[in-house]
Amino acid sequence: MDTLITHSSILIIAIPLLTAFLTPLIGMASKKARNTLLIVSLAFVAFLVFALARDISINGIHIYTLGAASPDLTAPKGFIVPVRIILEVDGMSILMGIIWSIVSLAAAIFSLSHIASETGQNRFYTLLLLMVTGGFGMMFTGDLFNLFVFLEIASISGAALIAFRTKFADTQEGGFKYIVVSAIASLMVLFAIGLLYAQYNLLNIGALAQAIQYTTPDKIALALLVIAFAMKLGAIPLHMWVPDSYAVAPAGISAMLVVSSQVSMYALFRVCFTLFGVTLNMYTVGWIVIILGMLSMFIGVTMAIPQTDIKRLMSYHAISQSGYMLLGVGVGLAVLGDPNALATYGREAMSGGIFHIINHAMYKGLLFLTAGALFYRVGHRDLNRMGGLGHKMKLTSIFFIIGALSIAGIPPFNGFASKFMIYESVYQFNPILSAIAMLVSLITLASFVKAFQSAFTGPPLPEYKEVKEAPKSMLIGMGILAAAIVFFSVFPGLIVHHIVDPATNALINQGAYVNGIMGGTP
Amino acid sequence: MEHIPLNFPFLAAALLVGISFYIIIFKKNLIKLIMGIAMLASGVNLFLVSLGYRAGGVAPIYTDVPEGPMVLSVPQALTLTSIVINVAVLALMLTMVIRIYRHTGSLDSEKSRKMKG
Amino acid sequence: MLSKIVRTVANQLILFILVFGLYVIAHGHITPGGGFQGGAVIVSGVVMLLVAFSSHELKKSLRERTLSIVESSGAIIFAVLAFAGIGTVFFYNFLVGTPIFGGVPDPGPGPGNIWTGGVIPLMNFAVGLKVIAGLSAVVLAIALFSSGEEVEE
Repeated sequence: MDTLITHSSILIIAIPLLTAFLTPLIGMASKKARNTLLIVSLAFVAFLVFALARDISINGIHIYTLGAASPDLTAPKGFIVPVRIILEVDGMSILMGIIWSIVSLAAAIFSLSHIASETGQNRFYTLLLLMVTGGFGMMFTGDLFNLFVFLEIASISGAALIAFRTKFADTQEGGFKYIVVSAIASLMVLFAIGLLYAQYNLLNIGALAQAIQYTTPDKIALALLVIAFAMKLGAIPLHMWVPDSYAVAPAGISAMLVVSSQVSMYALFRVCFTLFGVTLNMYTVGWIVIILGMLSMFIGVTMAIPQTDIKRLMSYHAISQSGYMLLGVGVGLAVLGDPNALATYGREAMSGGIFHIINHAMYKGLLFLTAGALFYRVGHRDLNRMGGLGHKMKLTSIFFIIGALSIAGIPPFNGFASKFMIYESVYQFNPILSAIAMLVSLITLASFVKAFQSAFTGPPLPEYKEVKEAPKSMLIGMGILAAAIVFFSVFPGLIVHHIVDPATNALINQGAYVNGIMGGTP
Repeated sequence: MEHIPLNFPFLAAALLVGISFYIIIFKKNLIKLIMGIAMLASGVNLFLVSLGYRAGGVAPIYTDVPEGPMVLSVPQALTLTSIVINVAVLALMLTMVIRIYRHTGSLDSEKSRKMKG
Repeated sequence: MLSKIVRTVANQLILFILVFGLYVIAHGHITPGGGFQGGAVIVSGVVMLLVAFSSHELKKSLRERTLSIVESSGAIIFAVLAFAGIGTVFFYNFLVGTPIFGGVPDPGPGPGNIWTGGVIPLMNFAVGLKVIAGLSAVVLAIALFSSGEEVEE
């Protein structure tokens, strides 16, 4: 078991990669074997993630050097800088890892029957596993260029999955927009990495954090990185691709794409907090992040009101909710240099923002899966034509209610817990921001009440007479996420204490990250 | 060779990046958009390779190497990875444009849009 | 399909292109080259065949199922070689010192010895296989697209 924990960070990345390439060979032989292999490998990866999370909470940061003589030999004898690709897993990384493993397992189980009647399934599951690999690689790496490579892996497989249903024209358009935005953002990231390498001759995040001075090319690199990751996560004003791409993808993939944009948000935080840290005046960068968050919140929810396509409505809400996360962590970033304010409300704002990341992944994933179940049975996504489906699809409507109440921030669901932490702490920073956040929450509730009423309530329409409940594997997929939501709602204090607070400490405490890499060298 | 200023490759890379951003923002044809992204990739690759140059350097290969300092080899590895990734991205974009053309009959980004609002 | 002269010359030239591509793949650890570069050279030879013969003719020789199997096995060989060193660390070069590619070269300039590098030349071959199969499939699919067919499951 101990050796399994030592190697677990690379196993979490390498097992989906190996399974992704075994899938076409096994899929040519037998479908059931391929499905079993998919679920078993994703379940094993989830188990490894939870074991690694427990180990990190006991033992601190986890380092893995690829190809060295022992896993934590970051700098061999005679070297003053770290060599080789190094994976570094701290509290924030493993939090994103927990989210990604749960959502990808639920999405994979959901997709087993969602695409069961379509051709090209081998390629679908290969691309899904490659997207899982890319996500985990982005979270666990301690190296800037490795971040770029895994960002591209996740983006390319995500775009190919969006355009999976080639019979329709809008899927191709959504996939094209996604890949264009991803390509431009990734090339900007590569340019920034080139600028940083030219100055300091280092690619490792920990070593670079120690060596960085705040010269003009560094400022240009920071600006490029912030803009590129803001493009990838869908913040206003760079949000044009989000509704088009999330609406047309297969439903499990929409849930995974939401978490994929949160992973880009994680990369943004990693750059702002750990790489540039306290060497620069974080007040301006913090206010830029707060402004992005406020714009996303408000414009996202107002553009969601007139939508008739159910998944497009949910995509605009995804933009709006990511505004909450940017607001929370932005407040923490703005007061990072002020220890008094940080202890009073900055830490709680960051914890609220990070807790909102977990909650949002769970309930937004559940909402997208319910929309996928509706699309599977009814054949379209138009709210104006749906009605009265709650009579036949009882479990789906219960899952929708759970998701909708969570996203609107109604107690006792988990959305309320994280939003309350954000309201409380942001109020002490600037009361206007908190008031706007509460207003946005009300509009979110109104929008989802409308969606629920259009789709599920009302008299059963004659054209939906043969509509049955969603197939069993879809219900299991939705059930996993709903169970996670209920667990987080009943024990929020436990989650905050064990998972979210270590993540906040890991982001604020840049020194621990650097010591993990450079610790052994004198 | 001494008449060319030493930062000439960086000026060329900046020019490529600038022209490609102009193309991406202002041109409507989808194929021109893809060409703009390819040009952006070329500009960034040129920037990466040229930042490794050392004055009077030789290629970083040990087999029968002449005297002198070697240019940096890490940016060449980064550039190679970037070229491979961009091949995949361009292939994917071209396939999607072919399908968009087949479904909507037009390569204009205004006319082939189906989703608005 | 182009004229008979072009087809005959293409048939003869593909052999030389194949040999040159394999040379670039095999010597990847001592001269410039490696998996992707050699694979791209061979795929340019495939593109030459695609232009000389039409895509309908080439589809009969390069079947999609074969390409899929070769591509997957290239990637699996790469992953298995990376996993094989997991006794120490993942990606550990466990072939250094053994007779298979296991020489340790003297540091500094000098003529290159091909029997060095450990697990790297084998990974070059795996990547080369994957690139050949993958890029050939992409090129063939786009060529078939333009002439109106689809490559289904």
